[in-house]
Amino acid sequence: MGDHGRFKGCIGVSQSLIQWFRYASPQSFYPLAGRMIPWFWAAAAVFGVAGLWISFFVAPTDAQQGEGYRIIFVHVPASWMSMFIYLVMAFWAALGLALNTRVSGMMAQALAPTGALMAALSLWTGAFWGKPMWGAWWVWDARLTSELILFFLYLGFMALQAAIDDPRRADKAGAILALVGVVNIPIIYFSVKWWNTLHQGSTINLTKAPSMAQTMLWGMLLMALAFWMYSIAVALTRVRAIILERERHTEWVKHALE
Amino acid sequence: MKPRQKRIALIVGGLASLTLAAVLALNALDSNIALYVTPSEVAAGKAPQGKAFRIGGLVKEGSIKRQDLTVNFIVTDTAKEIPVTYTGILPDLFKEGKGAVVQGRLGTDGKFAATEVLAKHDENYMPPEAKHAVDQAQKAQAK
Repeated sequence: MGDHGRFKGCIGVSQSLIQWFRYASPQSFYPLAGRMIPWFWAAAAVFGVAGLWISFFVAPTDAQQGEGYRIIFVHVPASWMSMFIYLVMAFWAALGLALNTRVSGMMAQALAPTGALMAALSLWTGAFWGKPMWGAWWVWDARLTSELILFFLYLGFMALQAAIDDPRRADKAGAILALVGVVNIPIIYFSVKWWNTLHQGSTINLTKAPSMAQTMLWGMLLMALAFWMYSIAVALTRVRAIILERERHTEWVKHALE
Repeated sequence: MKPRQKRIALIVGGLASLTLAAVLALNALDSNIALYVTPSEVAAGKAPQGKAFRIGGLVKEGSIKRQDLTVNFIVTDTAKEIPVTYTGILPDLFKEGKGAVVQGRLGTDGKFAATEVLAKHDENYMPPEAKHAVDQAQKAQAK
């Protein structure tokens, strides 16, 4: 295996690091991912049911927005996820670019559709929330526009990867696009602070207590956890399919599918 | 340098220069990215001349006057005020003392003729009882 030769240089660093590098090879990552997927699905179901129950039945009505605010329980987790998945995708892309590890590129490719889904969900639920509360489906304020750009970045990444036949070259091209797009993430996050926007400021901040009733906060955090677990489960399922597709000529894949 | 280190350096350098470029571009675009100007900025002559723009602020308490479908109210940032006139349907969250963003043109008489009124709500979510308690506390403090 060529990969083993490449990692010989790391032996001096630490033994545990090598243990982790083992999973940089598709052959050993494939079964590991397979073992983890059911757990993430189960966690997604548990958190999802608990989160939805709190969101619909426990969390109180909002003083300003009445029942309509409840869309926050999908909108905020989806928006967080859309930004976070992009960071993770860019991280894998950078790792693949720097270290030439094969699974990294596959991870980035596997994350993109879920990220795009989250961005679309965020924009869509946002429009449905904006119409009754603000009086507009859409405004070109900094928050909304930068989130739309994030959605297009995901689509562009997927299109670019799909347009190049050689997977290693596709990974490299995609990685550069993913890294360039990273600039957009802090812009989305801080847009409501830096500029006048119609979108309200952040309810959850690192620097101050959340300006939200406790049960509402619990509902939102549980939903966010459910979104996390779902995203990991789906990305791992997808990366397994990508591994099989790219490694279909190897012996181990032939044996794995028997 | 090993090829791997070279690639890492290239990625880090690329990201750094990209960030710098983005910061410079956003700084240059600053006023164009803002969705609205405040009444103080309008008073300082920073509003675009001769074209439609948006003003954002609070709807002044006691300023809403309705006449059929036409509404007159004052948008304030507590320093400066701008009278606004608008004909049409208002969003539910449009209320006195709350945020609003109005789009339209500034007339020569200093009145802003709005073609669109949007409500801007804050980032606080609480049940009505808690809201009531907060309002009471604020009133008590003001006395």
